[in-house]
Amino acid sequence: MAADPIQQFALKKIFTIGQIGGQEIAITNSSAYMFLSVAVISLLMLGTGRQLIPGRMQSVAELSYEFVASTIRSTAGAEGMKFFPLVFSLFMFICISNVIGVIPYTFTVSSHLIVTFGLALLVFCIVLIYGFYKNGLKFFKLFVPSGVPLYILPLVVVVEVISFFLKPVSHSVRLFANMLAGHIALKVFASFVGMLGAIGFVGWVGAILPLGLTVALTALELLVAFLQAYVFTILTCIYLNDAIHPGH
Amino acid sequence: MATTAQTAADGGQKPPFPPFQTETYASQLVSLLIAFVALYLIVSRIALPRVGKTINDRQAAIEGDLAAAQRLKDESDNALKAYESELAAARSRAQAIGAETREKLNAASEAERKALEDKLSVRLAEAEKTIASTRETAMSNVRGIAAEAATAIVQRLTGVVPDGKAVTSAVDASLKG
Repeated sequence: MAADPIQQFALKKIFTIGQIGGQEIAITNSSAYMFLSVAVISLLMLGTGRQLIPGRMQSVAELSYEFVASTIRSTAGAEGMKFFPLVFSLFMFICISNVIGVIPYTFTVSSHLIVTFGLALLVFCIVLIYGFYKNGLKFFKLFVPSGVPLYILPLVVVVEVISFFLKPVSHSVRLFANMLAGHIALKVFASFVGMLGAIGFVGWVGAILPLGLTVALTALELLVAFLQAYVFTILTCIYLNDAIHPGH
Repeated sequence: MATTAQTAADGGQKPPFPPFQTETYASQLVSLLIAFVALYLIVSRIALPRVGKTINDRQAAIEGDLAAAQRLKDESDNALKAYESELAAARSRAQAIGAETREKLNAASEAERKALEDKLSVRLAEAEKTIASTRETAMSNVRGIAAEAATAIVQRLTGVVPDGKAVTSAVDASLKG
């Protein structure tokens, strides 16, 4: 076990597939875990039965379908259902890759800022494009809340514009920082167990506490893995709702 | 990218923080693009319609079953209602038949009684007539016998044959008195 808690986030090149603009494009362990997540999701959603009375795996597939569908309906309304495949893909991708990441010795895809930022930027661009496509110039009403006194309106508009453009940043950093911090904490406590265990008998007794903490943190991380996927999804729905109904 | 990590590890210095190694960003974005587009296509084209159809089919099956159950319940209710009305109709019919029969029997016995009474009263009247004529005959006989007896008595007492006419009127007077 590597003692350095940062080492688990290292990218390892598997093979290079080419170059774009002087940048080396490689398939890395991160890519492998992304593809693995896609494969697991596909297996879950397609490999299960279509019985009238569902089995366990079919129940999980249908549960995730209805969970995401009800999340969209409650936050973005029935109109938001046209983004159902996108939101479902986002939720399942983040949730499954996070859960895979909790397994020891695996890699967590969303512990890299560029991945979460890529996903957040995708949502941001869709909100922007769909917002203007559907509402035209009325989309700017998003920045002008109704019922605000005229003399502070310019200030409010500036704040709204800044907050709008910071959305992808907060959206992505939230997920990235949670996964990164959780995994570092987990690794630090786990390495205490290794270090204390190397001392001898006294160390074994002393290692009980960090071992227990590691187990507890793993359980917490499992919760965080799901929760952050849910938070990312519900924020996506809220931003999409802004695009569908720009008036506050 | 990995080369950087490699040289850093070889050099014995602390490797850079992996999430901030900008030279890996292009690779990760390309991988993410490939993975996410593949996932999106699988999810939107195959997985969601499939699972959605299963869920809708189940919903439809449940609703169909409930509707069928409701229909059967309605049918049984209607059958029960029909049975009850049939039963009531049969009962009233039976009562009507009973009343009719009773009436018919009453009328028949009444007619029979009347016929019998008529016959009896006719015979009674005949009998009374017979009695009256017999009595008349007897009375006239009595008159004759009384007159003869009176004649005989008078003849025996007086030795004279009385006048028939006077005897008859005397008998009549005594019969009347």
